[in-house]
Amino acid sequence: MDHPAPTPVPASLEEIRETFAFFDGWEDKYRYVIDLGKALAELPAAWRTEEFLVRGCQSQVWLVAHTANGRMQLAIDSDAHIVRGLIAIVLAAYQDRPPREILTFDIDALFNELQLLAHLSATRGNGLRAMVTRIVSLAQAATH
Amino acid sequence: MTDIDIRGDFPLLAQSVNGQPLVYLDNAATTQKPRSVLDAMRHYYEFDNANVHRAAHALAARATDAMESARAAVATFIGAPAPEQVIFTRGTTESVNLVASSLAQGLVPGDEILVTAMEHHSNFVPWFEACRRSGAVLQTAGVTATGEIDLRDFTARLSPRTRVVAFAHVSNALGTLNPVEEMLALVRQQAPAAKVLIDGAQAALHVPLDVRALDADFYAFSAHKMFGPTGMGVLYGRRDALEALPPYQFGGEMIEAVSLEAVTYNRLPYRFEAGTPNIAGAIGLGAAVDYLNTIPRDTLVRREASLVSDAMRALADMPGVRLVGTPKQRVGVVSFLVEGGHAHDVGTLLDQQGVAVRTGHHCTMPLMHALGVNGTVRASFSLYNDASDLERLLRAMHKTLTFL
Repeated sequence: MDHPAPTPVPASLEEIRETFAFFDGWEDKYRYVIDLGKALAELPAAWRTEEFLVRGCQSQVWLVAHTANGRMQLAIDSDAHIVRGLIAIVLAAYQDRPPREILTFDIDALFNELQLLAHLSATRGNGLRAMVTRIVSLAQAATH
Repeated sequence: MTDIDIRGDFPLLAQSVNGQPLVYLDNAATTQKPRSVLDAMRHYYEFDNANVHRAAHALAARATDAMESARAAVATFIGAPAPEQVIFTRGTTESVNLVASSLAQGLVPGDEILVTAMEHHSNFVPWFEACRRSGAVLQTAGVTATGEIDLRDFTARLSPRTRVVAFAHVSNALGTLNPVEEMLALVRQQAPAAKVLIDGAQAALHVPLDVRALDADFYAFSAHKMFGPTGMGVLYGRRDALEALPPYQFGGEMIEAVSLEAVTYNRLPYRFEAGTPNIAGAIGLGAAVDYLNTIPRDTLVRREASLVSDAMRALADMPGVRLVGTPKQRVGVVSFLVEGGHAHDVGTLLDQQGVAVRTGHHCTMPLMHALGVNGTVRASFSLYNDASDLERLLRAMHKTLTFL
């Protein structure tokens, strides 16, 4: 097999936004993020290799990406629940989108709106920022 | 156990994080600073700032006096025979690099360096590199399942070809207090030619130190893990060991005389302090040592030890929590994992509750590999932590477990 199956998106961006709008405390929010993470399909072990590893010093992310019919196909996984939940949110924004749309989408604004922006900070060491950077550069390469 | 409260001396601790009063349990990464350290550094820049050991003016004299008083205070604090055996560096990492790259110049293929699998990368990679450059062989003593150095393996790896032995006084990842006196005795007996460096980064604040009695060739530690500033550290050395060491960096105060044909180098400690030193950092470290001399340190160390053992017991009793490392003697640190949750999840959920811990591999990848884990959650205590911090940690852990 050339590529793993693209990771199904557990919840759409609209669903995520609407759900977050009801939360008024950290507990509901993080329970939901963890639920999203638990709902995320696992990347088969065969793809969780050094080659596809986005290293973070606290948690790790595996990312396999390709474009098919002009749309980005992403298979992503992590070893931490909360990071998996955050990946679900990233996928809601990026999965199966044309690279040009990925380049114009403001992921920081989305995470800021959900009050999760701190998790995108490189200093968190969770690999999330490195993952987003890699997806964006793949999208850039695909548009050239 | 004790009513002594030094928390008020540390301005940073009086803040809220994520809407809750901060519980700071990441002291093995860095400690907070008492007001007296902040004041001393500010005072230096406000009134005494000048370059040291040169110029005839009053400011230069005050700056030099302040820095050299700090050196003397550190020497007394660690039991060094003389202030010039206290070399100022940027931190433990630079202290180890100084010794490693200087000693590497005298190594030949077939020589051996012995470290342990417990080391922080800062006391592992410099030796790895020293071996790569010199052709020496890196030996690594294993650790047991309890997170202690396997002394039998350590002994077996000592040989007449061993030129350097380097190990931690206290493990940063697990808190294991290593039997450094016993290990030193083994080295002196089995590998008399070897120089010994002890990484004291995690010990300096918690373990009473007498470097003369301990008699390692080198002892390294960092100011910022003992209430002092970052970017400041110490390399203590036996006089003969320091005098035999070639200089590490060149320029500035480390030079005595230069002609077009020859350069002669300054005496100890300046020979190892190239360039304008971190004067404010040295003064901050001196103030930290002065502060430690004014608080009832023994009592506070005992309180910290009892907090650590209470934390261990309480965490081990929580369903799904597993302690990583169960050494007989430990200092300051409890490392653990939660079933069904990654260390990062636990750290994030504790942070939401205002509790700061460290998660990850703690810059000890060989140790994590040896213990078969990817990382741990590490709660590390200091002298200002009290029972209320432990209670908040445990309460936050109970809540965290309901998420995973």
